[in-house]
Formats: sequence, structure tokens, C-alpha cells
Amino acid sequence: MQKKMAYSFPDEVLEHVFSFIQSDKDRNAVSMVCKSWYDIERWCRRKIFVGNCYAVNPRIVIRRFPEVRSIELKGKPHFADFNLVPDGWGGYVFPWILEMARAYPWLEEIRLKRMVVTDESLELIAKSFKNFKVLVLFSCEGFSTDGLAAIAASCKNLRELDLRDSEVDDLSGHWLSHFPETYTSLVSLNISCLGSDEVSFSALERLVGRCPNLRTLLLNRAVPLDKIANILRRAPQLVEFGTGTYTAELRPDVFSYLAGAFSSCKELRSLSGFWEAVPAYIPAIYSVCSRLTSLNLSFATIQNPDLIKLVSLCPSLQRLLVLDYIEDSGLEALASSCKDLQELRVFPSDPFGVEPNVSLTEQGLVAISWGCPKLESVLYFCRQMSNAALVTIAQNRPNLTRFRLCIIDPKTVDYLTHEPLDVGFGAIVEHCKDLRRLSLSGLLTDRVFDYIGTYAKKLEMLSVAFAGDSDLGLHHVLSGCESLRKLEIRDCPFGDKALLANAAKLETMRSLWMSSCSVSFGACKLLGQKMPRLNVEVIDERGHPDSRPESCPVDKLYIYRSVAGPRVDMPPFVWTKDEDSSLRLS
Amino acid sequence: MEGSVAYENDLNLEATELRLGLPGTDEREEQTVSNVRNNKRPLQVADEECGANGKSNTQNETAPHAKAQIVGWPPIRSYRKNNFQPKKSECEGPGIYVKVSMDGAAYLRKIDLKVYTGYPELLRALENMFKFTLGEYSDREGYKGSDYAPTYEDKDGDWMLVGDVPWEMFITSCNRLRIMKGSEARGLGCGV
Repeated sequence: MQKKMAYSFPDEVLEHVFSFIQSDKDRNAVSMVCKSWYDIERWCRRKIFVGNCYAVNPRIVIRRFPEVRSIELKGKPHFADFNLVPDGWGGYVFPWILEMARAYPWLEEIRLKRMVVTDESLELIAKSFKNFKVLVLFSCEGFSTDGLAAIAASCKNLRELDLRDSEVDDLSGHWLSHFPETYTSLVSLNISCLGSDEVSFSALERLVGRCPNLRTLLLNRAVPLDKIANILRRAPQLVEFGTGTYTAELRPDVFSYLAGAFSSCKELRSLSGFWEAVPAYIPAIYSVCSRLTSLNLSFATIQNPDLIKLVSLCPSLQRLLVLDYIEDSGLEALASSCKDLQELRVFPSDPFGVEPNVSLTEQGLVAISWGCPKLESVLYFCRQMSNAALVTIAQNRPNLTRFRLCIIDPKTVDYLTHEPLDVGFGAIVEHCKDLRRLSLSGLLTDRVFDYIGTYAKKLEMLSVAFAGDSDLGLHHVLSGCESLRKLEIRDCPFGDKALLANAAKLETMRSLWMSSCSVSFGACKLLGQKMPRLNVEVIDERGHPDSRPESCPVDKLYIYRSVAGPRVDMPPFVWTKDEDSSLRLS
Repeated sequence: MEGSVAYENDLNLEATELRLGLPGTDEREEQTVSNVRNNKRPLQVADEECGANGKSNTQNETAPHAKAQIVGWPPIRSYRKNNFQPKKSECEGPGIYVKVSMDGAAYLRKIDLKVYTGYPELLRALENMFKFTLGEYSDREGYKGSDYAPTYEDKDGDWMLVGDVPWEMFITSCNRLRIMKGSEARGLGCGV
């Protein structure tokens, strides 16, 4: 009998081969080939991504992957960004840091999104990881500048400190001074979210001056315009720069000093900040415009014609974030000057106003779809839309991968025909075959979900609000969208039937969020019982769901797959099928 | 409070009730200003009771003539909401300065109406300036829950309750402001 040729490669060879395989998906595939590959792979995996921190627990991760150097964790559901998740819901990183401090002394990178990070966690990070290099806190909260001081003081090899969009208790600007004078390895610093009026400018300037590898520097609002030039002159190698508040009285000497500082930054490719920008100082950046690939003006209050003039000077632009002050005319100008545009985000300047304050309609987006052949990612807030416009956009831009449209008034009809916008969004999913992310708005019936279920085969994330007529809508999506990972729904008449009929689908997804819909607590309990690998969590601050009539729907529902079982840190307003309240935080 | 309203209705005092608003307009429970323009279905706003299941809810206005505030809509991060400057006001033209008097205060103040983007901001500023609190505004009952009512003198010389007309109309027709106190203020609504 022929001896079975077991893998005769020594482990080291396989390990070496595996080291070229970086993507998680590929690594996961490799580990499924056979038991020995699983074992070899797990010892050499260095980077872990956990899309839902409650899908697994630190012990399980550490047991399988003993030599991790880099970890990324995500906590709260996306709708937490819009205040739909009550405070105290969860997403605490501390238990992870505690376990990793013991198991991964050589951990270099921690990236967190929507998690609660305390000063205690930051202090533990600072103390535990001798070679710590990267800390990214994306939309996190729960910590103060004291925690940052601990990181600054202890992490001698820190390369990257990125606090983007986090809520930080800004106790004092002096945390920056905790970087020792010997510390020179900073590559990227993003403190744009810090609110305090105190920033130690001299500490900042000295820090910038002694870090020759600094590539990214995003300042906060507290840094006034007249301080920028000195900072730029100390870091002419910057690639990405974010100003602070960009307003001051026009003084020719300040202007020319600033313009000179910008023009000496030959590597500058990305600009942001510009809070309260005044037109008078915008020309100071003209010298870098032709090289800019990314521009974030979404906090800049400048309007047309200054805004149009500025974007027209940036022919290399790939990414633009802007307020709707740009108006349709500005987007038309953008469409003719920025042929490399890949990503566009237009935010509303007056989201709560009753009447439109600017002339930005669907026409602007249509113009972009005609003029920008590389456009793949759109986030667009506007007040009117038509099916015809959406069909045009879809036909022009089948290469769209992310399309998020927010028509500000819920249930707005096609303003030309007064019909729902089903056909328009249907065209988007039909033509844009690689669409991965979609957000809907306007008046929509079950028909749009039929289109989505039929065509959106690559769709991974869908956001729905104030749409649909019945459970059939939800059923179309759950049964049709093969690649769906994240589904978030609010204020739709979707109930028990579709949910229970598609229970198995939920285990193939990361998570499902439903709030202000029509799901009963009974169905939630049933789902939780039928599907032990799903955590079915009802968020309801009105008290135990059983204290309300059967017909009363739950307020919010968050369902996610997990190998870690029910979580042990649920606050009092989160309810599961388990009546046992000993699982709760005291 | 509810009892006294019913009592007044039984006596049919409605016909003689002092009302601030266009004559002949009925009380309306739904805000239809923007709905009429867009021909939309009425908005269902999830409220405290479990009424979101197919029922058309009464919209509770907490801010005069602002949109009924839906939690988390439009989907904008909170750090973006706080960044907006008053539209056009600082660029175009001089401010709209009006005198503000408060019953019982020794001297008047002056404010620039152009600085504010809407009623909530203006009322907060007045509350801060004179150190008092206003009650909650509603179409039917004005400012309920405090001893104060904000009023203004319009172009016809009439004293109107602040908040009834759209903001843009208000700032162009307001000559001066007066914060009424005490029984005079309470009489401006139909309830106590």
C-alpha cells in the first residue's frame, strides 16, 4: 500500500509561505485545509480582526492565536453614531486589555471602533506592551487626556496615535508634554476631536519639530490659524494635514507667512480641518491644491463662489468631503475639473431647517455621475430626489460600490412623479453589480426590497429607515442578499414572521439591528431558543418587555452571532430570553 | 389642568377665547406645514407608549415650528450637528437689533436676531440673559409650565406670542421683544 504522503514540508517552510498571506479571509481559508495547517497557521497569525467584540471573547482568541501582534475590535452597533444606543450598553475594552496584557506582551497595535475605553485601559496598555506602536480609537469614548498622558509618557516606540471622532474628556492640553524629549518616532497624530481650548502650543511645536518621520498631523479646533505656519515649517514632509479653526482677521503678513508655509510642504496630499473657514485665508492653500488627492471641507463654512474656485483648483482630487454649500453649481464644476474623483460626501449645513437653505438637489449628484468616471463611493444628503435621477446615476456609474443617499425628510416621494423611489433604488442595485454598501431613504414600498433581494448579490451592509409595507420587505432582503453581513433597520413595519422564517440566515451575518419596528418579545425569545449561537438582545428602557401587552413591539433589537454565549456585562435595559438576572452587572 | 380645559369647553368659551393666530384657523394636531408642500404621508414618530405599530401618532412639537425632532434623524454624527454657523447671516448685511424688555427688570437689553438660527436658540439665549426658564411650547397652549411667556410687537403694533409663525417671518416682522411675567403671561394660553 502506498504510503500516504503527508505534508513533507517542515513546519517552518509552511510558516514562511503563510507569512505572505495577509488577508483574514485567506488566512481563515488556509486554516481550514487540514488540521496541521490549522495548527501551523494559528501560531503564525499576527493580525486579528474582530468585527463584533461580543462574537467571541478574549480567552478564545488568545487560546487559538498565541502570537498576535495586532488586534482590531469593534463594539457598538453602527446606529450608536446617531444616539440610538443608550449609554451603558456595553462595548468595554478593558476585559480585552486585561487578558492581552498577560498573553500578548509583544502586542504592537490596537485599533478600536465604537468601544468604551477608560483611562484605566489606556494606563494598562501603556504599562503592558513594551513595543507598542499603534493606537487608533475610532469613535470611542470613556477616556480623558489623563489616559493619553500615560500613553505618551510610556510608549517609547509609538508611531501612531489616532483619536478620530472620539469623545475625550479634555482635562488639559498638557498631556502632549508627557511625550519625553527623547521621543522622536511619531508618524501619525490625529487629535482633531479634542475640544479643549487649551493646547500646549509649545509642546506641540517641539513634538512636531523632533519627529522627522511625521506624515500625518490632524490638529484640533483649539489651534488658531496663526499657529499653523510655524507647525508646518517644522514639518515640511507632511503628507496629511488638518488645520484647526481657520479664521482670523485678514492680515497680509499672517497670510503670506501661512501661504509660504503651505507651499514649502511639497508632499502634502490631504487637507482637512478648516473649522469656521473664512474665504480670505483660503488662497493660502492654493499652492498645494494641484497635488491634493483628499480634501475635507465638511466643517468649512465657506460658500460659493469661493468654494467652487477652490475645488476647481484641485484636479487630482480623489476624495472630497464638503457641506451642501457647494450646491448643484459647485458639483457641476467639480464634475468637470476632478476626473479622478472616487469618493464624494456631501453633508447638510442645516439638517433641521424646514426649508432648504441652499440650492442643492439631485442634479448635483447626477452631474457628478456624468463627469466622474471613477466615482465609487457616495454619501449624499439632499432634500429632493427622483426615480429618473437615480436611474441615470445607476446607468452612468455601474462601478459604484458604496451608495448612501439621505433624503432629509423621511418618506419623501419622487418630486416629479410623486411616486415611491422603488424604481430608482432598484436601478442602483441592478446596474451596480459590485455594490457592497447601500443606505436607503425616501418613500419606499416592499417593491424596493424585492429589487434588492433579486439584484444586490454582493451587498454586505444595508441601512433602512422609514421604509417598506410589510414583513415581505424584510423577507426579500434576508432571503435574497447572499453576501449580507450587516443589516440595520429603524422605523419600518417589519415583524415576527420574516425574522423567524429567516432565522438561519442570521447566523451567516455579523449582526441585525431593528428599532421601532414591529417585533414582539415572544418572537425574540423564540428566536433565542431556536438559535443558540445567536445572541438576541432586546434594548428597552421602559422596563421588562413582559410588563407590556403581547402586541406591544420591542423598542430595539440587536441580534448577532457569537461563539462566546450570552454576554456577562448586560446593563439592566437589555433583555434576553434568559430570565436569569444573575447574568447582569450588579 | 386638564379638568379646567374641559370645564372651559363645556361652557363653550372657545368662541370668546383670546387666541393669538390668524382668525378662523382651527386647532391642528398634526404639523402639516412641510407635509403639504411635499405631499407626503404623515410622519410616524415613535413615542413613549407603544404606538408605533401602524397607528398615526400625534406629533408632539417641542420646538416651535422646527421639525418634529426624531431621534437620530437625519443620520448625522453629533459632532457635525454642532458646527453649523447661521446661514448667510454673518456675511450679508447688518444685524436685526431689537430691544428686549423683561417685566420687573430694571433695564432693557438688545439682541441681534440674525445671530440665531431658530426659536430654540433664541429662547435659550433669552433664558440665559435674564436668568429664567420658559415652559414647553405647543401650538394649542403656548408656553406651559412657567410664569413667563415671550412676546413680540409686530409691524402692526400687535403683541404676539413668540413661536407661532415661521422663523424667517418672525425676524422680519419683529420690532421688539417683551418677556411677560405672572398672570398676564399665563393668560396667553388656554391652560394654566
